[in-house]
Amino acid sequence: MIRLEGVRFRFEDLEMRFDIDVPAGSFTAIIGPSGGGKSTLLSLIAGFEIPLSGHVTIADRDMAGLSPDQRPVSMIFQDNNVFAHLDLWQNVAIGISPGLRLSSGQQAMADEALRQVGLMALRHRKPGEVSGGERQRVAIARALVREKPILLLDEPFAALGPALRREMLDLVGNFRREKQLTVLMVTHQPEDARYAADYTAFLEGGRIVALRPTPELFGARDLPALAAYLGDWRN
Amino acid sequence: MAECDGELNLSPFAISRASALLALGVVLAAVTAGFGPVLAMALYQSPARADPYLFQVVRFTLLQASLSAALSVAFAIPFARGLARRRFAGKDVLVNLLGLPLSLPAIVVVLGIVQIYGRQGWFGGVIEVYGLTGILLAHVFFNLPLAARILLGQLAAIPSESFRLGAQLGFRDRDVWTRIEWPQLARALPGVAILIFLLCTASFTVVLTLGGGPRATTLEVAIYQALRFDFDPPRAASLALIQLAICGSLVLLSYGFSPGAVGMPSLGRFASRYDGTSIAARMADGFAIAMALLLLLPPLLGITLPGLANLSIGSDLLPAAGTSLAIGLASALLAVLIVWPLAQLAARSHWWRRLTPLAMLLGLMVPPAVLATGWFIVLARFSTVSVPAAVLVVGMNALMALPFSYTALAPAVAVAAQRYDRLCSSLGLAGYRRMIVVDLAVLRQPLGLAFLMAAIVSLGDLTAIMLFGSQDFATLPSLIYRQMGTYRMASASGTALILTLFTFVLISLANRWSVADDKA
Repeated sequence: MIRLEGVRFRFEDLEMRFDIDVPAGSFTAIIGPSGGGKSTLLSLIAGFEIPLSGHVTIADRDMAGLSPDQRPVSMIFQDNNVFAHLDLWQNVAIGISPGLRLSSGQQAMADEALRQVGLMALRHRKPGEVSGGERQRVAIARALVREKPILLLDEPFAALGPALRREMLDLVGNFRREKQLTVLMVTHQPEDARYAADYTAFLEGGRIVALRPTPELFGARDLPALAAYLGDWRN
Repeated sequence: MAECDGELNLSPFAISRASALLALGVVLAAVTAGFGPVLAMALYQSPARADPYLFQVVRFTLLQASLSAALSVAFAIPFARGLARRRFAGKDVLVNLLGLPLSLPAIVVVLGIVQIYGRQGWFGGVIEVYGLTGILLAHVFFNLPLAARILLGQLAAIPSESFRLGAQLGFRDRDVWTRIEWPQLARALPGVAILIFLLCTASFTVVLTLGGGPRATTLEVAIYQALRFDFDPPRAASLALIQLAICGSLVLLSYGFSPGAVGMPSLGRFASRYDGTSIAARMADGFAIAMALLLLLPPLLGITLPGLANLSIGSDLLPAAGTSLAIGLASALLAVLIVWPLAQLAARSHWWRRLTPLAMLLGLMVPPAVLATGWFIVLARFSTVSVPAAVLVVGMNALMALPFSYTALAPAVAVAAQRYDRLCSSLGLAGYRRMIVVDLAVLRQPLGLAFLMAAIVSLGDLTAIMLFGSQDFATLPSLIYRQMGTYRMASASGTALILTLFTFVLISLANRWSVADDKA
């Protein structure tokens, strides 16, 4: 579904080269040390960064020359996913029309998405008046109304507690099944990968060291770098 | 910030509390001595004669201030937006240069403008420099960069995710403007406009030199004329009272708006932008940047080029340079001595942290001409010994510099207090010993910066020296004023270049010292 072939990129001192093939409809986690290029990988797919060379292909279509809004992708960041001066409903609706001019059918869509993430009662609040978890739900609702087949998550739940994180992962998992999304999630929490992801990739020093079914990756004996990164987490 | 108000901390800072009270007392006494007699005299005499002259002066003061604020902001918005969204060679230099105009002595800038746009200037006759046009040109020269710098800080504070989100959601340039940029700018705009309005209301040098006649005089200049030419303190007092009412309410008003508007925010890295790729957008940004440069560059050239051609050491240059340096050093020292204990206490007491900035703003709220009026009255009535003019100039310059010195020092003192207070009290380091061993070492840079800020203010000051100075007691700015007044433009340019060089040395030192030193 998402294929990177010989994608090279440079950020400060790090030379990156990515080759990966993410299966359609999968939930794939990306783990690895900080500064290894995890977020850059997502930015390259979303079109926020342009590769020096190589190809990014999504559903057999070359993404070269396509701007972020032309790509079949929604992305949720760790923070700042909402516009502070718009209320929660508008923050969802802006995913349908940047000018916030919605037909009645589209308005119903925004309502429905807010209902699905459990925020309908708070729809007239400003982001500053709700919790961090609720702000991330708004971002999920907006990704829903955009109806893009790929969802990129850049540590969006990192600031939340363990129970809330599971709840969010469940929410994303449900939507993935319902809408047949392909989900790619950068995370610092190995337990999140184990809980939610069918596949997990280990990324270090600008290279994807391994991409395997999650239980297999965490059980691997042939990846010393992964063992060093995980430490006691293996068992 | 941790509250360190506990009993434990109080005794080691008993000395600093006493000295802070003393510093505050000095400031309040100086302001009261200026403000009190003005109030008394203005209230005592028959209600301010609402003569046509007074009305005209007030009207012009407000007119030029609102036009200056409106023009500066109107040019600054597209300029800041263009700077934030473009990448080009020399952008960093340009952004750094935005801090320059407001640090330059006003008289030097006025001279630069006259050299370019005056009747004998390179673009002579393009505009009329004497009168409203010239005053606006000078005020925009000072305040357009100030506004641009603050607005640029606002734009740089927008999280990069917002632009990424906009790109993903298919925002057009117009959407990026209405959804991302404008809401962020709008928060700062009232504060910026009020700040510029205030600075232009209290503007003295520009109006004194480029204005003239009742048709182009502001309150600040009218007070000076009432004091120095008409010897009419009651009239000065009623003018001062109006000026005080305007400036005081503006300061209080601006205090209610974003605090970010007063300081110079440091600029972080600019986010990657995905908008503004069309040719029309490029041309609009290029045009906005070019317009700003067209306003800013000619006066700078007018300062440097004629100055270089006329660099000679005249007989009156050396004494004036000496006086300027001595006054600058003395008032900077005084300002730091006042600010230091107040910053120390403000770092440790919630109550003082709120009170002190307000006290520092008194210097802005009570314009120099008002202070001078009061001091004149007090000295004339009560003083048996004559106070040397130099003391008055130093005192007034220090007072004018307080907000700048305080802003330079207070945050660093607060950080140092938070970092070292517990360690010092556990080691029994307190009072004088602590100041030598810890504070002076750790706070060397911010102390230097506070000193420099005050020295820059004092070096460029024309108000105090015009109010208290004389033929034999001149600083570089008042020498330039005198040379301009006698049409010795070449000598004035030479003197201005020397003054600019002094200022430049101080500014570049200040730039170096204002970089946060995280190793401390």
